[in-house]
Amino acid sequence: MRRLRVLWRRFAGMLLKNRLERDLEDELAFHLQMETAELIRRGTPPDEARSSARRRFGGIARTKETYRETGGLPMIETFWQDVRFALRMLRRNPGFSLLAILCLTLGIGANATVFSWIEGILLRPFPLVAHQERMMAVAGTNRGVPGHDDVSWPDYRDFAKNCKLFDAFIVDRITGITLSVGDRAERAPASIVSSNYFDALGVHPILGRGFAPAEDIGRNAHPVTVIGYRVWRERYRADPAIVGKNQMLNGLPHTIIGVAPENFHGTFVGWAMQYWLPLSMQELFDPGGYKLEDRGARWIEGFVRLKPGVSPEQAQSEISAVAKRLEDAYPATNRGRGIRLYPLWETPFNNAGTLLPTLKISLAVAIAVLLIACANVSNLLLLRSLQRRHEMTVRLAIGSARRRLFAQLLTEGLILAAFAAAGGCALAYTCRNLLVLLLPPRGGVSMYLPGGLDWRVLLLSAGVCAVSTLLFALVPAIQASDIDLAGAMRAESSGVVGGSRRALVRSVLVQVQVALSFVLLVGAGLLTRSLQAVEATSPGFSTANVLATTIDFAAAGYSRDRIRNFQALLIERLQSLAGVQSAAFTGLAPFTVRSYPSATIAVEGYEAPADQQITVDYVGVGASYFAAMGIPVVEGREFARSDTDTAPPVAIVNELMASQYWKGLDPVGRRFQANGRWLQVVGIAKMSKYRNLTEIPRPFYYAPLLQTGGGSGLQVRTALPPEALTKALRSEIQEIDPNLFLGEVITMRDQVGRTTAVRRTALGMLFVFGGLALLLAGIGLYGVLSYTVSQRTREFGLRMALGADTADLLRGVIRHGLTLTAAGIVLGIAVALVLTKLVADILYHVSPRDPLTFGVAGLVMAIASLAACLVPAWRASRTDPVRALRS
Amino acid sequence: MPPDKPDVLHGSLALMVLRTLDTMGPQHGWGIARRIEQTSGDVLELNQGSLYPALLRLEQLGWIASKWGTSENNRRAKFYAITRAGKKQLAAETENWERISGIIGRFLRPGGASS
Repeated sequence: MRRLRVLWRRFAGMLLKNRLERDLEDELAFHLQMETAELIRRGTPPDEARSSARRRFGGIARTKETYRETGGLPMIETFWQDVRFALRMLRRNPGFSLLAILCLTLGIGANATVFSWIEGILLRPFPLVAHQERMMAVAGTNRGVPGHDDVSWPDYRDFAKNCKLFDAFIVDRITGITLSVGDRAERAPASIVSSNYFDALGVHPILGRGFAPAEDIGRNAHPVTVIGYRVWRERYRADPAIVGKNQMLNGLPHTIIGVAPENFHGTFVGWAMQYWLPLSMQELFDPGGYKLEDRGARWIEGFVRLKPGVSPEQAQSEISAVAKRLEDAYPATNRGRGIRLYPLWETPFNNAGTLLPTLKISLAVAIAVLLIACANVSNLLLLRSLQRRHEMTVRLAIGSARRRLFAQLLTEGLILAAFAAAGGCALAYTCRNLLVLLLPPRGGVSMYLPGGLDWRVLLLSAGVCAVSTLLFALVPAIQASDIDLAGAMRAESSGVVGGSRRALVRSVLVQVQVALSFVLLVGAGLLTRSLQAVEATSPGFSTANVLATTIDFAAAGYSRDRIRNFQALLIERLQSLAGVQSAAFTGLAPFTVRSYPSATIAVEGYEAPADQQITVDYVGVGASYFAAMGIPVVEGREFARSDTDTAPPVAIVNELMASQYWKGLDPVGRRFQANGRWLQVVGIAKMSKYRNLTEIPRPFYYAPLLQTGGGSGLQVRTALPPEALTKALRSEIQEIDPNLFLGEVITMRDQVGRTTAVRRTALGMLFVFGGLALLLAGIGLYGVLSYTVSQRTREFGLRMALGADTADLLRGVIRHGLTLTAAGIVLGIAVALVLTKLVADILYHVSPRDPLTFGVAGLVMAIASLAACLVPAWRASRTDPVRALRS
Repeated sequence: MPPDKPDVLHGSLALMVLRTLDTMGPQHGWGIARRIEQTSGDVLELNQGSLYPALLRLEQLGWIASKWGTSENNRRAKFYAITRAGKKQLAAETENWERISGIIGRFLRPGGASS
């Protein structure tokens, strides 16, 4: 308490410094006068009395100094002094200062940017949502099948009812909707949510209300919607009386009941939702029929919020126990079915999970760039401390404490870092939304992936700034303040400065830079090789000359029969179009973001483990789909137009399904049960990929579209470019029914390319930063060599005078440079062998220790450093012996 | 500094200042210095300069308070007075001092340490 009071008084004293000083002045003057008067009174002669009084007082200057130190906070005052001095020094050498600040800005900015991405995408992805730290994502599991699944609504409701450790269970199923705006149709991202959605998230609509509990219930009974803030402003011109008005959504008028607040974009990482729909409207917006009363229909993605103090493990074990009870109670639908809770940053069904590996790599890269920048600035500072050696020596000689000199140098570093931190935060602010640019829009709608530049990110960046100051300024500060005074004074005159230790430190710094650049190059190399491997992987269908698009029947309110008639009509017209070879509708085109329906199957003669339910994904495809897609049917036949819903149900299985469940027998002609219906196998299709190029092969079957219903995907085999087909399709559709919405027409090659976008993003990032690192390392090497050469001018002159030729000198300098590089690369190999494990998850068909990649990285590094050596080497070889020896 | 006039220890200077202010009431700096020298019978010669930082320190600690006023010869001077906290501190320090000097005294008496 008392200590605090003293501190406060000292602080006040620092601020009132001038008054304190004046008061002391007066007080001392008074004291001396009194003392003199007293001495005179006692009989001392006046002249002598004055000097005697001063003598008795002791050193006036020293008293004042002690008084000042006691009165204020000397540490802060010195710090201010240092700051002012440092600013003067930096101004005096603007080239150096700018270069150093630029390097550090890059390092700190890269980190701040990645922090903001991690914050905005992984840690607190949902602005305005309360208590995100207690939120977890919910996904289903299926015993014996890797990966995640969705959850059915009856199950979900039972979890909400029976789990006690949870505050809320929220349904949030992403969907695309078609709005009618005048006579146009438009697509918009939307979410089907449970009625507790807004309340549970703590988000309050700024107009109207959120959903009411009754709006969960009743098949298509509540055509209401809450709209997003931006949509409200842009589409509805911020109409204050919007609540109660109607909007056509998927062909049905919906009443707008509320407007979400600004900055609330829903709870799906990657998309900014524009409409929210209640659960009861599932059938209209989610393909595959009415699912709300079907325990086997798994379609829900969602989130839970744990009660305060509940650990994820406790929550998981409670929900697993409930899942086990449901498994026992409903074996027909729930055998082998469980639930897994994921932290938000691992959410498997949105872009958080997809981007996690990329962001991990980005963070590692950003840290590497920061370290390289620090090493570079450290080198610059060392170089400058050599130039400032004279100043340091003089300051030491006239009595400055080494400690003060050290503090002063560290302060200079801190100021550089502070400028860089400010620049870095500005950089992060500019780049916070950059990630979305690296990912292509899906289905014509841009993704939404904002970084979060909040106080946590700023605090962390300040921490990075402090740590980097220590990293880059500490060694030069120690070295510069550690001057052997006598030696330095002597050496000053002869102009020879050096010290092998200093040279060693600089060499080590260059080696660190080379090592880190090498690591980044290896990373970039490994990712390039896996991208090549991925892109060389055949998807199992033709990507050339196949175009894909979607037609939204649900939005136009089509019945099953109407869809069938339209499809038949359109296919007929398309096939008569010049340039079209074949065309077929499908339930879902391969490589989209949506998931395939799945069926529980039983195969005659195949015994499944008792606690498992065999589930296989399938898709409905129209006649001649296989021809259009270029997927060979290796045995049996393709679907024909005669496979209608009145004909016997049939299926075509893929090779893996055939070998896994019929074990060597020919499945053609045999039957299996899918969702309780018997299907006869009529053909075997060659293996192909369904969702992305790197997926593991899995069993899969096709059913005739006429027997499954639906079919919004359209595949066309044609040599026409997408634009031409779009135009042709538009006019055809316009003639049949202008209310139908035609989606984006895209080549299958682009469709496949989109699934590798994340990979390319990571690669692009590594290339940019790897190149930058290479440049910085080159500059570092160049600096060291130039300096060495300039220091050794005399030696070179002497050697030339003694008969060495220019080639000798050239070789000498280059050898020095390459030795440094080689040592750096060796260090880099050691680090890379450890660090490449980090990217192992996203490597594809490449070993993290791929010798070719390591070799090429080393070669690139060697070439870069050779380039950095050339100028100094050339300068050394041009030494004029006469001038060198005379100087 | 003459060897026969011991320097005033830092801690005891504070004690002397407090004691002076306690018995004599508010005093200016010179008055305190004079008084300390007089009390010690001019044996203890204060390095008068060291008094002022000590006064500042005591004020920061809240044991004394200062105020500008007019001296006996009609000049502007800074007067120091002991505060309540200062009095408490003085009492504690005095007791402490007496105890220690008692112990040291017993040690220094002939045969003190060996008995």
